[in-house]
Amino acid sequence: MELVAPAGTPAAFRAALAAGADAIYLGFRDETNARNFPGLNFSADELKEAIGLAHRERRKVYVAVNTFPRAGDEAIWQRAVAAAAELGADAVILADIGLLDYAAQRHPGLRLHLSVQAAASHADAIRFYAEAFGVRRVVLPRVLTVEEIAALNASVPVETEVFAFGGMCTMAEGRCFLSSYVTGRSPNIWGVCSPASHVRYETRGDALVSLLGGSVINRFQQGEAAGYPTLCKGRFVVDGRASYLFEEPVSLNAAGILAELRAAGVAALKIEGRQRGRAYVASVVAAYRGLIDALEREGSVPRESAILFDRLAEGHSETTGAYGKRWR
Amino acid sequence: MTALSLGPVFFHWEPQRWRDFYFRAAEEAPIDTVYLGEVVCAKRMPFTAPHFDAVIERLKRAGKRVVLSSLALIGNEREAQLMRDLCATAVPVVEANDIGILPLLTGKPHSLGPFLNIYNESTLAFFAARGAIGACLPPELPATSIARLAASASIPVEVLAFGRLPLAISARCFHARVHGLHKDGCQFVCGRDAEGLAVDTLEGEPFLAINGLQTLSCTCLSLLRELLGLKRAGVAGFRLSPMAADMVRVARLFRDTLDERIGAEEAEEALKALLPQMPLANGFLYGEEGRRRFHPDHLRLE
Repeated sequence: MELVAPAGTPAAFRAALAAGADAIYLGFRDETNARNFPGLNFSADELKEAIGLAHRERRKVYVAVNTFPRAGDEAIWQRAVAAAAELGADAVILADIGLLDYAAQRHPGLRLHLSVQAAASHADAIRFYAEAFGVRRVVLPRVLTVEEIAALNASVPVETEVFAFGGMCTMAEGRCFLSSYVTGRSPNIWGVCSPASHVRYETRGDALVSLLGGSVINRFQQGEAAGYPTLCKGRFVVDGRASYLFEEPVSLNAAGILAELRAAGVAALKIEGRQRGRAYVASVVAAYRGLIDALEREGSVPRESAILFDRLAEGHSETTGAYGKRWR
Repeated sequence: MTALSLGPVFFHWEPQRWRDFYFRAAEEAPIDTVYLGEVVCAKRMPFTAPHFDAVIERLKRAGKRVVLSSLALIGNEREAQLMRDLCATAVPVVEANDIGILPLLTGKPHSLGPFLNIYNESTLAFFAARGAIGACLPPELPATSIARLAASASIPVEVLAFGRLPLAISARCFHARVHGLHKDGCQFVCGRDAEGLAVDTLEGEPFLAINGLQTLSCTCLSLLRELLGLKRAGVAGFRLSPMAADMVRVARLFRDTLDERIGAEEAEEALKALLPQMPLANGFLYGEEGRRRFHPDHLRLE
């Protein structure tokens, strides 16, 4: 299985390369990618240099142009695809139908991956993207069980890539307007979810509350670690009872089910976190490199290395998420 | 004439209530098109199935155009099979809400639902070239995008104009989760809440509503005051999403406003009286927080 690592900066890119990533995905420094955070991402020159570095070591670079182009301004997104092609990217990761159509027609040699933001959750949807645009790989939404992934791989003509580690969407990706409902900024249009610009922390008596767009997302008692107020990981009240209604503040970690994912026919494992620092990228990628190599060598992942690995998860508990049936 | 449509019921109503809702709409609501079908959860589909033919019959007899809406999230083979069955029914037009259903609709007239991501002209043109005959745009689009799409489109463009906003869909059932259950053994607890289950913040601020796999707004979208501006910008139709409130009266308010029989402000005051507990919202149209309410003086259509 190919190990696909995130890079939000040239430094993280070099760290991912050194830690053994087979491929690295990144985006341009603008609204064309779904991690459009201040201080992140690549200029054309930085991308050119990164591609040079990667290709020297026979690794790959995928450029995410995975927000949905704004009506009237599609040229901005088309230029991003054209630039990626010109600079020698090994693939572009796209979500928008219009942009896929543009890429397929104008850059027929460019390899197309379908972004998770397209939420292609079933074989029929994947076949559609393969037939209409020649998509070669699909990043699967984080809503499928391992069993469903296996069934899907048996019936689609393209590679699949799945998320192995990092932040996890609770909702079908690319079809969630919670962030824009509360902050006016959405993943699909702006490339951000629950953006830091709309986050505040306030002290209320003994407690610290986290707010998004002025609404309380969580409350922490003294000594409790205060997490980031990602909307769907907040604590809310239903019928007078407070709970993590949508999802606990957990990280996805598929380290314990790598053999199952491989048996399900998955071609690539993706690490989430283009917004994360170099040290994070280096340690997660190195750990996964070890796990994948062990799996290839011995046919299974040694239990103790999967456990050791747990401490990398954001200081939160971990989950195999939707890969396990009971998540639903 | 600008068309007014009734969207699919998002909620798991008692089958009888569901049927009677449409029977009454057929007779009394000034609606041109009715979108019918389960879009949230495949598990609910068998409940309304026995009434489908009678409802379609009644709507057609009343002169309504009937379109069958597909699931918003097709997640497995069983759900895909249900969609194949849907496409094989005798009703002429199916509304696609998940890309996965499009291959089944090749060569057949079909429309595009609000759960598909249509953000720009190229996407709309692509779908139109493949046989789409209409599109309901996603709820988070600002008016500038809506106007551009309406101006460029070769097919009629519709906009959601009333109801709780569909904000997200998941493979996880939140209704089941709240009741300590899982989706597979959900006991259909979503049926207990005719308009979704209220979600508040820890400080008691009304925040969202859950409806099975779906998350909805706690506010009610109303574009009554923007109808005429959007109509002038080329929007061909407006969709009302069913709520527990009196939808016949809601539909009349929208029809009368569109036809300029009453003023938009007056209509919105009447709408508020029908929904005493619900704040109205229109923020997405203004490119801002969807939950906020803006005055139409600030509407930008270009």
